Amino acid sequence: MAATIVFIVLAAVLIGAALGVITSRNPVHSALFLVLAFVTSAGLWLLLEAEFLALILVLVYVGAVMVLFLFVVMMLDINTATLRQGFVRYAPLGVVVAVIVLLEIGYVVWTQKLGVTFGTPVPHAATFSNTRELGNLIYTTYVYPFEIAAVILLVGIVAAISLTLRRRAGTRTQDPAKQVRVSAKRGRIRIVKMPTQGGQAE
Amino acid sequence: MSSVLHNLVMFWQALPAGWQLTLRSLAGIVAIMLPLILAVAYLTLAERRIIGFMQVRIGPNRVGPWGLFQPFADVLKLMLKEVILPTNANRFLFLTAPIISIATAFAAWAVVPFSKGVILSDANAGLLYILALSSFGVYGVILSGWASNSKYAFLGAMRSAAQMVSYEIAMGFALVGVLLASQSLNINQIVLSQGGNIGHWYIWPLLPLFVIYLVSGVAETNRAPFDVAEGESEIVAGFHVEYSGTAFAAFFLAEYANMILISALATTLFCGGWFSPLQGWAWLAGTPLGFLTHTSFIWFAIKTCFFLYCFLWFRATFPRYRYDQIMRLGWKVFIPITVVWLMLEGLAIVIKLPPWFA
Repeated sequence: MAATIVFIVLAAVLIGAALGVITSRNPVHSALFLVLAFVTSAGLWLLLEAEFLALILVLVYVGAVMVLFLFVVMMLDINTATLRQGFVRYAPLGVVVAVIVLLEIGYVVWTQKLGVTFGTPVPHAATFSNTRELGNLIYTTYVYPFEIAAVILLVGIVAAISLTLRRRAGTRTQDPAKQVRVSAKRGRIRIVKMPTQGGQAE
Repeated sequence: MSSVLHNLVMFWQALPAGWQLTLRSLAGIVAIMLPLILAVAYLTLAERRIIGFMQVRIGPNRVGPWGLFQPFADVLKLMLKEVILPTNANRFLFLTAPIISIATAFAAWAVVPFSKGVILSDANAGLLYILALSSFGVYGVILSGWASNSKYAFLGAMRSAAQMVSYEIAMGFALVGVLLASQSLNINQIVLSQGGNIGHWYIWPLLPLFVIYLVSGVAETNRAPFDVAEGESEIVAGFHVEYSGTAFAAFFLAEYANMILISALATTLFCGGWFSPLQGWAWLAGTPLGFLTHTSFIWFAIKTCFFLYCFLWFRATFPRYRYDQIMRLGWKVFIPITVVWLMLEGLAIVIKLPPWFA
């Protein structure tokens, strides 16, 4: 009963946030609506006893990905008028993509081909560790897909860095190791004995 | 008198289980929040006094005996000030940002074990919960900087966003070390697995990770020497320049609550939490000093206070890092060290290195 109410509230907020992402005029507001959508879907996953996935969703997407997203959106001087120009031209393509996605979801859910079943899930015991179960699956049954995904991500990182890393002539960089190794006694400063002029300085 | 008590007990038992749970949780939240806010108030006083002594001056000592009422005077002053909204500021986000900061700083306390069995929520994935909430805290800083519609606030927000995201990775890796050693994400379980004697604390096998955790914690809370987000000599006061009155107090409260949280976590995850450092000294048991070996909230508090003292000590001792040095330290020093140490730790677990991994 209570869980149903929580589900309905979270689902309503999630749909509202998702609408906010595509309808708000300010890109920063859109990004913030996306954050709200992530947090509410994490709440939905918590209801399904998938606490590891829910917290990782908040940790990775809300805590890292969206922060960098906001970082970029806030820094860029985006002209929203030029962005909205092509709306009518691209709308048919968008509709086609949306319909295909909907059909795919419908296929998976209604035909129940991929092991999707309806019914109330059986609650686990309090000692059940979602994290341990997930770890067991990832590192035994699905170890190859998991490793391949990891390598693809690594390739992505290396590619992104190598595309943007350019050595220009004339840039100056510091070598912190050298800075640390500096010794004041070896020629960095020279202590000179000066004869005083006599008497106390004023 | 006893009939009133009896009636109360009857009333309690007549409540549905859901109500009982809700009321008990609310009572627990109040029981954590009030001492925490008081601790924050006195931490600000302690900071001013201790740094004062370190710099050979006196510090605030006028309000009440030894200045003990100074925090209340400060709070009263801040509450009476007007909350000024800058022109063209985004009103909603401007006022939401301090709330996000303070809410995430307080909510994380739900899974901190104060003593044996004294914990608000013995959650299964408590460690992850704390990481998730601390990563959410960045939003308070970013939104305040953006919503203020001010260059200085925005620069401060950008700096701290980059800094917090970078150090979260090192911090997360350090906590993975704890997770590997204790084989649990439940914080209560992590403390229990450090029982035995002082040698079982994870600070010994995970010493590099502990140092990295503590330094990352200082960087995460934007404290000196990592306080470029509010570097007053460069960008006035950083992300909270435009805030005044209660809204500013909320940021202040959040920063200090986060400091206490980091210290409490350093205690629970690496230094045996509420276990006594003298635990396992059997010859003390019969003597009048036997109570020193007992587990108690006092030990938790003492260890936490020590780390809080370190926070203040760092602030009084170290000059501020340059921004590129901060980034270098996070990405090029801390992250490689954690990765290497995690591999060594994995090896130690495989060969069942006593006494920690046997």
